[in-house]
Amino acid sequence: MTTVETRVETSLSPRAGTIGTSPTRPDGIAKVQGSFEFSSDISADGCLWGATLRSPHPHARIRSIDVSAAWKIPGVETVITAADVPGQLTYGLIAQDQPVFADDVVRYVGEPIAAIAADHPETCRRALEAIVVDYEVLEPLLDPEAAIAGTLGPIHPDGNVIRHQRIVCGDPAVTGEITVEGTYEIGMQDQAFLGLEAALAVPDPGGKGVELHVATQWLHEDQGQIAACLDLPVDAVRLVLGGVGGAFGAREDISLQVHTCLLALRLGRPVRIAYSRAESFLGHVHRHPATIWMRHHATAGGEIVKIEARMVMDGGAYASTSSAVLVNAVTHTQGPYRCPNAVVDGYAVRTNHLPCGAMRGFGVVQACFAHESQMDELARACGVDPVDIRLRNAMHTGDPLITGQPVLNVAPVERCILDTAALPLPDAPVGGHPMAEGVIDAMQLPGGAGRTADRSDVVRGIGWGVAIKNLMYSEGFDDYSTARCRLAEGVVTLKFATSEVGQGFVTIAPQIARTILGVDDVRLDRIDTQVGSAGSTSASRQTWMSGGAVDLACRTVRERMFEHVGRIHGVDPLRLGVDGTDLVDTVSGWRLSVVEATAGVEFDETVEYRHPETSDLDENGQGNCHTAFAFVAHRAVVDVDPELGLVKVVQVATAQDVGRALNPLSVLGQIEGGIAQGLGLAVMEEIVQIDGVIRNGNFTDYLLPTFLDMPEVVATLVEEPDPYAPLGAKGVGEPPCISSTPAIVNAIRDALRQVDGVGRPLTRVPVRPSDICL
Amino acid sequence: MTHDSDHYVLDVNGAPREVTDSWLGESLLDVLRDRLGLIGTKGACEQGECGSCSVMVDGVLVCSCLVMAAGAVGQPIQTIEGVAPVGAPTDVQAAFVEAGAVQCGFCTPGLIMAVHDLLERTPKPTDTEIREELAGNVCRCTGYGRIIEAVKQVSVARRGRPS
Repeated sequence: MTTVETRVETSLSPRAGTIGTSPTRPDGIAKVQGSFEFSSDISADGCLWGATLRSPHPHARIRSIDVSAAWKIPGVETVITAADVPGQLTYGLIAQDQPVFADDVVRYVGEPIAAIAADHPETCRRALEAIVVDYEVLEPLLDPEAAIAGTLGPIHPDGNVIRHQRIVCGDPAVTGEITVEGTYEIGMQDQAFLGLEAALAVPDPGGKGVELHVATQWLHEDQGQIAACLDLPVDAVRLVLGGVGGAFGAREDISLQVHTCLLALRLGRPVRIAYSRAESFLGHVHRHPATIWMRHHATAGGEIVKIEARMVMDGGAYASTSSAVLVNAVTHTQGPYRCPNAVVDGYAVRTNHLPCGAMRGFGVVQACFAHESQMDELARACGVDPVDIRLRNAMHTGDPLITGQPVLNVAPVERCILDTAALPLPDAPVGGHPMAEGVIDAMQLPGGAGRTADRSDVVRGIGWGVAIKNLMYSEGFDDYSTARCRLAEGVVTLKFATSEVGQGFVTIAPQIARTILGVDDVRLDRIDTQVGSAGSTSASRQTWMSGGAVDLACRTVRERMFEHVGRIHGVDPLRLGVDGTDLVDTVSGWRLSVVEATAGVEFDETVEYRHPETSDLDENGQGNCHTAFAFVAHRAVVDVDPELGLVKVVQVATAQDVGRALNPLSVLGQIEGGIAQGLGLAVMEEIVQIDGVIRNGNFTDYLLPTFLDMPEVVATLVEEPDPYAPLGAKGVGEPPCISSTPAIVNAIRDALRQVDGVGRPLTRVPVRPSDICL
Repeated sequence: MTHDSDHYVLDVNGAPREVTDSWLGESLLDVLRDRLGLIGTKGACEQGECGSCSVMVDGVLVCSCLVMAAGAVGQPIQTIEGVAPVGAPTDVQAAFVEAGAVQCGFCTPGLIMAVHDLLERTPKPTDTEIREELAGNVCRCTGYGRIIEAVKQVSVARRGRPS
């Protein structure tokens, strides 16, 4: 990494559009006017439509595929199968175990078998129906424990256990005066971004290359995987970011990229593929369902002595990022609490369910639901308040994780809890504000106007959740980010391959440039593979990594500018600083505007930003495997009708460790949006599979939080700039959806306990009405 | 493709738009996007659950994925492109940008249609009315808080303007 001397900005209050202010999104007006081009909006002259034939069986052998009838349908231009893949037959983020097209065995419902290109989506549909596949249906492997036990043979040459990771920390034999244990289940959640998978592939003349416009989280990773499958040099596959309608982890893996390119190269014509919602549920990876047994040992006073856990995560048919998700889960077993001893055993296994991989929270969501449920149990067993038990065990900077890794980042766990506790409780009474004197507003009751609870039955509960989340990639992965900064005539142009998925990197990148370079006019170049990798827009990493790259690129350009101005005007460059939009000699007070200083010259620097190296875990799960950490606390208030099993989340309060808020409005947007997804997992969202077949792959049956389901969010930011972060700013995207889920479930438990003094265990999310009914 | 096709004219954003060689099974959403090039209307669920494809047909807010295009002949259709000229956003559109109500933006055009419709019918909506009226529009990014804030800002600002 290039090092550049850090200079202190001399301005006291931030200039409009710089770091710490909340300028509007540069793409905002286009998005509200409908002119912003999403990947599904991109077409080309002579473009054909592509479509994918998918397996109806969770596990079957393909005896034969007869595509002849599809070829005969007018308008069909080509039909391709595994035999038409010129390069590597499989792909994958960590292990290349997933076929571009299945040719001998299908391993999940929805696995691609063939693709076609035709003149109209309706022609595509008819052509897919005309393809005849003869299957020998095989017994599916659906029980993760059976995958571990090996009771069925391997369903993939790589075996049924994707990864087994144990952690042994301290004295595994030690016990505590008090123990609490439970087994928790987490259902399969869908990212459910609104902008469905879509791509346009435009082949080069002669078929020597292809340009793919696609909504993705990581252009360069896609590029490498696609090129291998197409048997083309990496440079011959050029990716351009198509407008991304949300991602949340589901666009980290390949879905339609290779298929679209194959069709276009085969025909020498542009081809676009656009998934339907039903196909999207099959076409991308999901959040891992998990079963987690956890036992806490504590002193009588509630101090954690040891944690034991066993985690089983269902990875579905292909590996995707399961091994990394598992490591995140097992290494976050303790939560944001001190824990000197631990024994953890974790498995990520292969089954004939839908493949699972990245979703916002990445393994920590599952671990957090278990440890935060346990913390409430521990509080009760010790006769301590749920807030007190968390404060007594709260982690501090320097404390070790159960992996032996010290948490070197700012760790304001106590402050997150206390600042959350200080936020006001909802002013609405139980059951909501009346519409008028004596008139109940049914819309504010659990279930709303359709299944109205009787207000006299409604009980209010309060629950807590606190979380730690790792930031950036782990286990030695070099997820560097590249940025290019050009400054000429007072105008900055930034170039990076950072996927903008809605989070707002396109807003904060110019803020960084304005702050560092004293320039107001900052332009963004196209996001594509014509510059080095930015790594993935995931793991809450782009503000830190690509923000760090933009920061470093701008600082490097600023040094060149200082040297230039020093030479022209006879000033020592080391005395120069940026003040507002001027260069200033910090000794004499001499000033020159940046616009004047850069007249007739151009500075152009491309840099790579890297975080410190991390290491692998050893066989006992010891090692400094993570890069950095962020913290958050949530307090949920719920109204519950225990007879109907209905829940109305009334309020979620949160204090989040953000380091430094580069754009406070954007941070708030991440907090509110993340809490909505946490609420969804708590009480609504689950992909249901029966016998390996998805039963609710549509928005009628897969329930997403609406305006009526989302409560008021009361948020406060804990701003303690992190010395390890390039701008003091931690990633903020994932923490909001991690401990919001257990906070809501703990609140429901609290409400139900008030009814009969016992309540319900609620060990499974999403919580269903039948789990609640007393 | 070989199919039952027809010619018809749709009245879109105040202008007649001829639709030729369309398969009669195409929804209004498909025709707006793929035949008339009006890509501002988005499709995200194909079953009227998410509101991304909201347009006005004869003064009524509808999900264009549920309307057969040929069935909308003779009725005025307004899409997001007809709400305001490019570069001259309405008060609702400006408030969405200013209030942080836009992240990925995929749900946004449909929500802009729904909010204009809401404020025309209910100029001073309560918090519950905003939530109830907009509950047919799903947003996966924002958690809705900044959208509600934008609606409230417009409602307040409109009260101060001369009628």
